Amino acid sequence: MGAAILYCAYYAIFVLTRVTQSIMSDRKKRNRGHEKKSQKTDLEEDSTADQQPAVDETSPVIQMFRSFQQQLDSKHDKHERIVKLSRDITIESKRTIFMLHRFKDVTTSASLLEQAESKLVELEGSKFKQVAKEIQGTDPFMFLRAYSAGLQEYIEALTFLFFLKNNHLISLEDVQKRLTFTDTPPVDDSQSEGASQAPVETDSTADQSNPSELKALTVWVPTSEYVLGIADLTGEMMRRAINSVGDGDLTRPFEICTFLQEMESGYSGLTNCNREVNRKLTVLRQSLRKVENACYTLRVRGSEIPKHMLVDMISKSSGAAQFIEELGVDED
Amino acid sequence: MGEKSNITSIFANFQQYLTDEQDLREEIRVIVRELEQSAREILTHIQTVHQPEGIKDVSTVCEQTVSMFEQIRQGMTNLAVKIPENQYYRYNDQWRFVMQRLAFLSAYLTYLQDESMISIQQVAQIIGVKVVRTEGFHIDLEDYLMGLLQLASELSRLAVNSVTAGDYGRPIRIAKFVGEMDSGFRLLNLKNDSLRKRFDGLKYDLKKVEEVVYDLTIRGLKPAD
Repeated sequence: MGAAILYCAYYAIFVLTRVTQSIMSDRKKRNRGHEKKSQKTDLEEDSTADQQPAVDETSPVIQMFRSFQQQLDSKHDKHERIVKLSRDITIESKRTIFMLHRFKDVTTSASLLEQAESKLVELEGSKFKQVAKEIQGTDPFMFLRAYSAGLQEYIEALTFLFFLKNNHLISLEDVQKRLTFTDTPPVDDSQSEGASQAPVETDSTADQSNPSELKALTVWVPTSEYVLGIADLTGEMMRRAINSVGDGDLTRPFEICTFLQEMESGYSGLTNCNREVNRKLTVLRQSLRKVENACYTLRVRGSEIPKHMLVDMISKSSGAAQFIEELGVDED
Repeated sequence: MGEKSNITSIFANFQQYLTDEQDLREEIRVIVRELEQSAREILTHIQTVHQPEGIKDVSTVCEQTVSMFEQIRQGMTNLAVKIPENQYYRYNDQWRFVMQRLAFLSAYLTYLQDESMISIQQVAQIIGVKVVRTEGFHIDLEDYLMGLLQLASELSRLAVNSVTAGDYGRPIRIAKFVGEMDSGFRLLNLKNDSLRKRFDGLKYDLKKVEEVVYDLTIRGLKPAD
């Protein structure tokens, strides 16, 4: 009984102290908040007092700047939206590329290719179409920088897919065709007269160097973007060559090696290209070196040991991981 | 295997594309250089207003300058022909500087003529370009705004020099003009780019002009209106 009373008393004290504490801290917080706020308003008053007379809405200069504000804001908003779309496209394309790296050969994993294909088709139908809508009626080069990263990544994924499927490089015309959308929605009024004259351009014969012909709903792919995209493809091809050794496919590295050599000679033949291409060319040469070394190793060891044993040695032995590492595969 | 020819043709196309672009860039460069030269001449001429005798007959300086813009219009027409439709922003960086300089010069001219702020339409008219992109070779809004900001620095200098030349009324009007421009620019939501950087300098120009006005007022030199 006595213990119970004692306990009650303790509890009451405990509660009381907690309550007072919380009230005090509350007050403190509020005070601090108040102080801050009052300081801020002081500052604001100061700065407004400093300024010229408050904005005079009737002045023609102010009205002029109001319209500039609208123009700039809408341009920035559009830019932001496109950047966002481009980021989504990049992510989705990267995922597709990862998926394609799981591809073994047409007989065992054909469904993988279909999946990847449908992923890209969906990307074209959703994100790219939105980009096309955003840039419709603008200069194609105006927002190019906003979506160039996404576009290059997409080209990389698409060319990779087509290389796995048909063993050849998809051409720029075909890429452009995939990014031209035929169901043109009602165009906005500023462009209507231009767009109504130009019928929807779907044939691949459209001259790529002239974007003005592509007035339909399209994401225009400049040649430079395409070439940068296929430069990225070579990195993926290198990974595929190394991985295929692990899978026991000993002919593919040689095929890829030839392909990369052709690409390299193509790139080195170019004169007066920009810095970005040159940077990619350096990377391409590195990948080529890796694949060439891999082919060399295969050839040397292949002549020593019977083929089935070589496969065994590379794919099943515990040294496989080390072997791949020797070739310098970067697992990023 | 068609692979080889496939890659070769792709690179042949790309080489063609690069060569064409390079050629066009060189042609543009030549025209832009001429434009820069003319712009420099105009600037040199219009700068005479900073000298004590120049400030007294601003109107003759202006008249002479107006005729100098004929050359600019001619150059712009030549340039416009070179640029393929819808590729303005591909080569934009090559004439961006001179476009801003010309926007500044025409804004300066207009200010000296009737102390008003030039509109983008007026700039376009003076240098012989369009305003709206769809109509052809045009002036970018950002370039026009950049020109206005350059004008502000020039006017803060003019305010100082006009006091030296004994013209006490002009700084007051310049202060009003720059102040209005400042409140105009405050309405814009600028991105963190070159325009924003230039705009950050506007407050110093404004400050300078206000200091001149202060000096005049405190000494009772401010003319009664």
